[in-house]
Amino acid sequence: MRLLSVEETVKMIPDGAVVMVGGFLGVGSPNALIDEIVRQKRSSITIIANDTAFPDRGVGKIIVNKLAKKVIVSHIGTNPETQKQMIEGSIEVELVPQGTLVEKIRAGGLGLGGILTPTGVGTIIAEGKQIMNIEGKDYMLELPLKADFAIIKAKRADCNGNLVYSLTARNFNPIMATAASTVIAEVEEILPVGTIPPDEVHTPGIFIDYIVKGR
Amino acid sequence: MMDPKFIIAKRVAKELRDGQLVNLGIGIPTLVVDYIPKNVRVLFQSENGIIGMSPLPEEGLEHPDLTNAGANYVGAIPGAACFDSALSFGIIRGGHLDLTVLGGLQVDEEGHLANWMVPGKMIPGMGGAMDLVTGAKRVIVAMTHTSKGDPKIVKRCTLPLTSIRRVDLIVTEMAVIEPTDEGLVLKEISPEVRLEEVVKSTEASLIIPKDLKVMEV
Repeated sequence: MRLLSVEETVKMIPDGAVVMVGGFLGVGSPNALIDEIVRQKRSSITIIANDTAFPDRGVGKIIVNKLAKKVIVSHIGTNPETQKQMIEGSIEVELVPQGTLVEKIRAGGLGLGGILTPTGVGTIIAEGKQIMNIEGKDYMLELPLKADFAIIKAKRADCNGNLVYSLTARNFNPIMATAASTVIAEVEEILPVGTIPPDEVHTPGIFIDYIVKGR
Repeated sequence: MMDPKFIIAKRVAKELRDGQLVNLGIGIPTLVVDYIPKNVRVLFQSENGIIGMSPLPEEGLEHPDLTNAGANYVGAIPGAACFDSALSFGIIRGGHLDLTVLGGLQVDEEGHLANWMVPGKMIPGMGGAMDLVTGAKRVIVAMTHTSKGDPKIVKRCTLPLTSIRRVDLIVTEMAVIEPTDEGLVLKEISPEVRLEEVVKSTEASLIIPKDLKVMEV
């Protein structure tokens, strides 16, 4: 785990990268990193996130600045720009039920070959997917998701990268921390090692490659 | 006549039972919280990762990290718990959520709900709706009976389904309807409307029992 500046960490993300972005409608999003991605104009990114937030908030800014070529999300309804670019054909939108999306990411991070979920069976999202009947109930096979980078947000980190999240700002962040080749955590506070009691660590530091201080 | 959305919310609130874990969707369902009977205490879950959510106690107490699934500021009761999205949807899919109340675009004779997209027009995405309808122990649809005069309770949904699970109850400003093996049973009608009006505003066939009740709100 290394401490780096926001600018330096974003320089490591190449154009065309697959990037997981934590947050739920902008709550618990790594806003300093997102703003820097926009400033450095990282383009043709594939975003994996819960949603595309709002035009002026969270991951929504990446969409508004036309830097994403694809999004894998559960919801785009709060950002009209996503639907506009989808209709124009400049962005590809893959919609995944929220509970399935988080489990696909968990499978990617935690060494599972996929997950079986009843969600979506019999609906249009099941088209082309393998259905398995287990003890009389139908489930759908969903494959793991991984990314080149995960940019996540936590309240606190220690210098080993152990993270603590705050309230509903936790959401997808701890799951995404497991599923990318390089994980960058933006935090509000960086504390000395030993100040976060072991029982209170939400994400162990081994998952984190870089810590940046947010604003 | 009262605004339809308040009538619906008030009637849905009577379905809440003491001790239940409840998830309220965005829109009309959110209003249910204002009408919960005094002797009923429930815990509210929100899919962004909290059990024990409450309305914001007062203005000025907003916390940027404490919101509902619509990104509005909320409060938390003493004893509330926060968790990540995987656990939150595990609670929903795993059968630990007693009740969800969701809005709807269409419900059909089989009790199937469509509420996440209108192809070619409006594609917000399903968010957590597919998991909620598939996994909650009880699903109530809270919606207006018609949209611009067109029935929303139809023979067969023309919009993409949210789940093939049959919902448990439909509450509108005109009626309370229960989907069953036999079809849609009209349980209650509003004192403000006549039976013929309800039937006329519903495309699906309704089974009208002898003990049809008046909707109390």
